[in-house]
Amino acid sequence: MMPGPEPLLNELELDALTELVNLGVSRAALSLREMVGEQVLLSVPNVSLVSRDAATVILREREASRLVAVHQSFQGDITGRALLIFPETKSLELVRAVTGGELPLEDIIELEPEALAETGNIILNGCLATIANMLQRSLKVSLPEILRGDSHDVFSLSPPSQLGDIVMFIYIDFAVRDRDVNGYIAMLMDMPSLAVLKGLLGDFIYRTTGGSAAGLHA
Amino acid sequence: MAFRVLVVDDSKLARMAVAKALNALRPDWIRVEASNADEAMALVRQEPVQMALLDFNMPGRDGLTLASELRALDPVMPVAVISANHQEEVVIRAREVGTTFLPKPLTEQAMSAFLDQAAPTSRSDQR
Repeated sequence: MMPGPEPLLNELELDALTELVNLGVSRAALSLREMVGEQVLLSVPNVSLVSRDAATVILREREASRLVAVHQSFQGDITGRALLIFPETKSLELVRAVTGGELPLEDIIELEPEALAETGNIILNGCLATIANMLQRSLKVSLPEILRGDSHDVFSLSPPSQLGDIVMFIYIDFAVRDRDVNGYIAMLMDMPSLAVLKGLLGDFIYRTTGGSAAGLHA
Repeated sequence: MAFRVLVVDDSKLARMAVAKALNALRPDWIRVEASNADEAMALVRQEPVQMALLDFNMPGRDGLTLASELRALDPVMPVAVISANHQEEVVIRAREVGTTFLPKPLTEQAMSAFLDQAAPTSRSDQR
């Protein structure tokens, strides 16, 4: 395993970020529940920050098959790309879970891009909007786009990789109608964006733990 | 005897947020903190608590499972389950095991309403 970059966020900042992602994913589960009409379990056991190269390697080592990803870029104080990634073999399973599993295979295959984009949109927007709201900033999020390929393809979107690019790598466990699909959320950002994120997380921690009235120093 | 409240959340930040609200609302209570269900059960077996505030979404056993285990030890203790996931199924399960569902992010207002109903202060104690 490649070593990650030096700890860019301290323990409490990473904890706060994990908590925000969990909040976002819980909200997304709520929206997905509306869509599928049944309980959706979404959980995020772990969030880590790694370099773009390390993320590529981790994903290649964990997933031998081709990948499918829903991609959305976001812009604001923090700029970057968000990806929801599944092994391609699991993506049909995901569509079955979301559509109810009664459809014949050819319909599932036909529906796959659209269902995937919609599911990705809900999950990624849930995370991004919650993070933005809790950090009291706004983000513009692009329309979802589907990518297919290996882990290198998924992480080498233009603009070309910057040396300091950081990937917030999030394992996600998705279960609906007794179907269980494991995937990943990756948020790709450059160092200046990460520095802004660090500052905003600091403000958020201050507000949450007792800065209260004096907390609005941003 | 001091009132002991158990706070269980895998996030340290979330425990700090609960601590902040408790410090403001019930400053004389003793907080017992755990980051997962196993730790929580070990603490409670050592010394009983009078109330529990549990995160729903935790690695290992979730907050509702932990709530049932706590219930087995103490059938009347007030227990709240805190979660951003207010899907009907979760809220219903929370009610079924006799807990109060509190939405996350937790506000001091929601916490205050729960405390007033579950553990009135001596001034407003009607029992």
